[in-house]
Amino acid sequence: MSAMHTSKQPASKLAFNRRLTREEISSGALAKQLENLLDRNPAKTVVYVGLGTCGLASGGQKVWDRLEERKSKGEIDVVLKKTGCIGYCQQEVMVDVKKPGKPRVSFSNVDVARIDKIIDSYIKGDTLPTELVIGISESYPEGPEFQIPADWKGVKAFKDLPYFKKQKRVVLKNCGTIDPDSIDEYIARDGYKALTKVLDMTPRAVVDEIKASGLRGRGGGGFPTGSKWEFAFNQPGPQKYIVMNADEGDPGAFMDRSVLEGDPHRVIEGMAIGGFAIGANHGYIYCRAEYPLAIEKLERAIADARSYGLLGKNILGTNFEFDLTIKKGAGAFVCGEETALLASIEGKRGMPKPRPPFPAVQGAFNKPTVINNVETFANVPEIIRNGAAWFAAMGTPKSKGTKVFALTGKVKLSGLIEVPMGITLREIIFDVGGGILNDRGFKAAQIGGPSGGCLPTQCLETAIDYDSLIEAGAMMGSGGLVVMDDQTCMVDVARFFINFTRSESCGKCIPCREGIARLQEMLEKIVEAPETETGNMALERMKAVIDLRKTCELIRDTAACGLGQTAPNPILSTLRYFKEEYEAHIYDRKCPAGRCKSLLRYMVDPQACIGCGICKKKCPNAAIVGEIKHAHYIVAEKCVRCGVCFEACPKKAISCS
Amino acid sequence: MSMVNVTINGTKHQFEAGMTVLEACRKIGVEIPTLCHLKNLAPSGSCRICVVEVEKARTLVPSCAFPIAEGMVVRTNTERIRQARKMIVELLLANHPSDCLNCNRSLTCELQKLAMEYEAEHKPHMKAKRHHAIDASSPSLVRDPDKCIICGRCVRVCEEVQGVGAIDFTKRGFESIVLPAFNDDLADTTCVNCGQCIKVCPTGALSENFSVKDVIDALNDKDKVVVCQVAPAVRVALGESFGVDEDNVAPLLVDALHRIGFKYVFDTNFAADLTIMEEGTELITRLTTGGTLPMITSCSPGWIKFIEHFYPQMLPNLSTCKSPQQMQGAVIKAYWAKKMKIDPKNVFNVSIMPCTAKKFEAQRPEMEVDGIRDVDVVLTTREVGKLLRAFDVELKACTKTDFDNPLGESSGAGAIFGATGGVMEAALRTGYKLVTGKELDTIDIEAARGFEGVKEATVQVGDIPLSIAIASGLANARKVLDAVISGQKKYHFIEIMACPGGCLNGGGQPTHFDVEALRKRLAKIYAIDKAAKIRRSHDNESVKTLYAEFLQKPNSPVSHKYLHTHYHARPEKC
Repeated sequence: MSAMHTSKQPASKLAFNRRLTREEISSGALAKQLENLLDRNPAKTVVYVGLGTCGLASGGQKVWDRLEERKSKGEIDVVLKKTGCIGYCQQEVMVDVKKPGKPRVSFSNVDVARIDKIIDSYIKGDTLPTELVIGISESYPEGPEFQIPADWKGVKAFKDLPYFKKQKRVVLKNCGTIDPDSIDEYIARDGYKALTKVLDMTPRAVVDEIKASGLRGRGGGGFPTGSKWEFAFNQPGPQKYIVMNADEGDPGAFMDRSVLEGDPHRVIEGMAIGGFAIGANHGYIYCRAEYPLAIEKLERAIADARSYGLLGKNILGTNFEFDLTIKKGAGAFVCGEETALLASIEGKRGMPKPRPPFPAVQGAFNKPTVINNVETFANVPEIIRNGAAWFAAMGTPKSKGTKVFALTGKVKLSGLIEVPMGITLREIIFDVGGGILNDRGFKAAQIGGPSGGCLPTQCLETAIDYDSLIEAGAMMGSGGLVVMDDQTCMVDVARFFINFTRSESCGKCIPCREGIARLQEMLEKIVEAPETETGNMALERMKAVIDLRKTCELIRDTAACGLGQTAPNPILSTLRYFKEEYEAHIYDRKCPAGRCKSLLRYMVDPQACIGCGICKKKCPNAAIVGEIKHAHYIVAEKCVRCGVCFEACPKKAISCS
Repeated sequence: MSMVNVTINGTKHQFEAGMTVLEACRKIGVEIPTLCHLKNLAPSGSCRICVVEVEKARTLVPSCAFPIAEGMVVRTNTERIRQARKMIVELLLANHPSDCLNCNRSLTCELQKLAMEYEAEHKPHMKAKRHHAIDASSPSLVRDPDKCIICGRCVRVCEEVQGVGAIDFTKRGFESIVLPAFNDDLADTTCVNCGQCIKVCPTGALSENFSVKDVIDALNDKDKVVVCQVAPAVRVALGESFGVDEDNVAPLLVDALHRIGFKYVFDTNFAADLTIMEEGTELITRLTTGGTLPMITSCSPGWIKFIEHFYPQMLPNLSTCKSPQQMQGAVIKAYWAKKMKIDPKNVFNVSIMPCTAKKFEAQRPEMEVDGIRDVDVVLTTREVGKLLRAFDVELKACTKTDFDNPLGESSGAGAIFGATGGVMEAALRTGYKLVTGKELDTIDIEAARGFEGVKEATVQVGDIPLSIAIASGLANARKVLDAVISGQKKYHFIEIMACPGGCLNGGGQPTHFDVEALRKRLAKIYAIDKAAKIRRSHDNESVKTLYAEFLQKPNSPVSHKYLHTHYHARPEKC
């Protein structure tokens, strides 16, 4: 079972060529020995390049290559380190520089020209190009106090930047700070201390600790993690499994990816603790194949943990055995549903199975199995190390701790954020996110991906936790948060998500397979161009509208799995908060936000038109008629609504409604 | 057995723990509709027609997959449930051809029945429909994916009961469809043509490749002498479609077929007796001359294709005997036609079978001698029902008539070929005589009877403690073969039937999967045996005459030319 993946990567350079002992980790002796890896007082300048997927996509490799090139030429004498993503994805490529005696400083939007400037003026020279600096990342999110050099005018510490100020980093503590390929750096930051601690506890006590913390599943449903573990703990052995769900599939969500790429040992430690608690000696990491970098990091982390005796047989000299297998998902959204995920692990088509029996009783290969999300496992070592009470002190009465969100859409600062439960939507969007892009008006926030819903302005003060979101018609989901401005059409948004679930439904149960396709058909009718519509079609459209809510409710009430049951949420929540937009589409045949193209009408104002003929010339479909020096006219039936005439008219005589 | 208290529709009941809500409801006469449910298989919970309300559950729950629990309160007939079921049916209808009038499953279609019961409405605004071409590539089966409601029954039967897995769900969401891998033609897959999928299909998406028209054409052809044979399992099931509850409808059917225009109606049971003479002799030869053992029966063409695909290394273990259908065909054309001075080319040989795989078998290249095909057309039990109706023949009103001779005489041993274990029992009755020269003390061999998937026994035949195994359903065949290959088990003789329970549950039998109906058919088969004038194949006088006049003796070169064949390996993945 073990060593399923033979990694093509070169072996890691480890600080020790032996199995570690419990004593040296728990006493902190090892962390102390590795303290220099924290770069508090490095002998040489250290340069960190953010090379997570977001960093690489923004051209991080070129920046890295440039640094290596100039280092090999002897121009700079520095230590180069790769890190994951700190969450400021919009500002990638991020480069941190730590000079001896200076705080670690972070540069954003770095390209080859800028890295040259950073090298020349700051690394080689001593002048900080403050215009390229985003902030001081020293001691973020935790660490000793530091002084900001007097000549660093206007440069702020991360903790004072609005984007980071309201964040609370537990899961993302190390992301973007440490080298994910270095198990030693993780150990230097108290890594694997929690695992060492549980080896002195009884499994029952570990389950109780997680229960007491109030941790709830971060994958969407919010089921209490401790209770899930307890069910599996109470099942007879000997064979049980721990499964990590890393099949992150919501559009716009990338929380799990960033954790896996930026801090893989954290989840491995969490899984091993889970294995110890429920009595499982094997774990599966179900990661989507579209995350090659995350898989690469995990493979190295697993291999390194094995060579330190933190995975495998006789972990840290005890009788505890636990090892991991990575299983790559083939790209089906439904495989995020736990029974479908298990089917996929078993090599079957990823389709959900009826529950009960629940996986905790009869899961992978019919053995008791605990399935938790990446973020859930990432919380576990912190809870064990700091105690359940510490964790339970964060958040709201029913939702403890923090939540990672992928903040995207029409927001000024997008990226990965971790905030305490109970923070309001307004704080996230306007404080952390800096408000709406181009200072437009806020319209809605879509939370929870295709299973979630759209929350309007009146929900901005909602304190975010599992229950308040469900009450408001959305759900926590895995943490996608898409901000929409006033130019967004909510019918169009609903249509987007329904299109998604239509093609991602596994096709097993009738309500989901047939019903969602009909929902999509109904929405298409609502935004269909009026002039192609006959009287009969108008009647059918009205019948469809009558069926829309009924069909949504049917699917919610009868679909086989979570994907199906929550699939109508985007429609139901927009119907609840934006009913008038539907009505405008249905009765007035207008799209108030101007997004639904086929409902747009381009018209020439005959008073303003000077008959120059430019629009007629530019129209791609010969939809404009008119004589020179006479007012022109747009034939609606032929108009393809491309907007070229609207842009081209020198007299702004063409209007769009 | 611990009992739990459950309230169903306001009344309190006690049930055995471990039952599903559906089972509990059915036990007290609350008939919940189902579409994907299959007794004895793990619930799939895919159709959601069987949803009920369980107090405290957030959504409606599928009763087929939901276990009862102490204190559970269940409601099965609220407006919420009726509306949900109605809409589910409407969603299915919106994606289904509206051609009930000329669908072969009209009136036996489960979707049609639900549509009427729940007064499902036509939804004109639901326009999109999946469309896939009809696959009639297989001589046995036709798939019409447009009528498929993707309940998955066929997939589960093919995989779990038959261990074949020729079809599976493909694509996702609205485009989901049940297809062979890579959308290959069914004829190019490992499908063994057993037709168990047809029997569980709730709609007309799966059917046999119909041959009624070919038969009518032959009947209309003045140059053809149209004859037929009737298999042992047909006579215990055909009555179900005509409201005739007799142990044996064969005497009525003979008259019916004569009325339609079949010149001669023969009995496959005759060839069953002949098979026993050939196969019994072959077994004894193998036992005494160190031949390949265990010997495995070769009567079931679904099983033959299965071994060709999945266990080609076991082909030498297969008896070289053709199946009774093919033996009867060869004898009709080579012996009877000559005797009647009819050119065998003008004999049109129809066989009436409980089986769809027989259609495939009849057209196998091996199944001809000197350019003369053994069997020309195969009709299933269902098709012969259609044929009778097309010719205005009412089975009830027919006169009981004997099969035409000489190929109409048969023993009780031939009759039990229709049930799992029947070939074994018949072979033992004759084998015992061939080895010991004496008759068996007890003619009923109970160890070979019953619906159990795998049966084993040791029967003392003279000096030989004959170790036997009987498997029906190909997943069970796998178990037996794997045990033999691994050396875990040693047998002398194995009977394998492709369909669970044997031919009486064949893929060509009336469509339903009611276990009670199967039990009835089984009882009828043994009743026919019990009532037979002779009960051992070697006592069949017509068989004796056949050997005297034509075949010389069992396993003679003449027998080998007409009654034996060889099979070949086929790729496991097509």
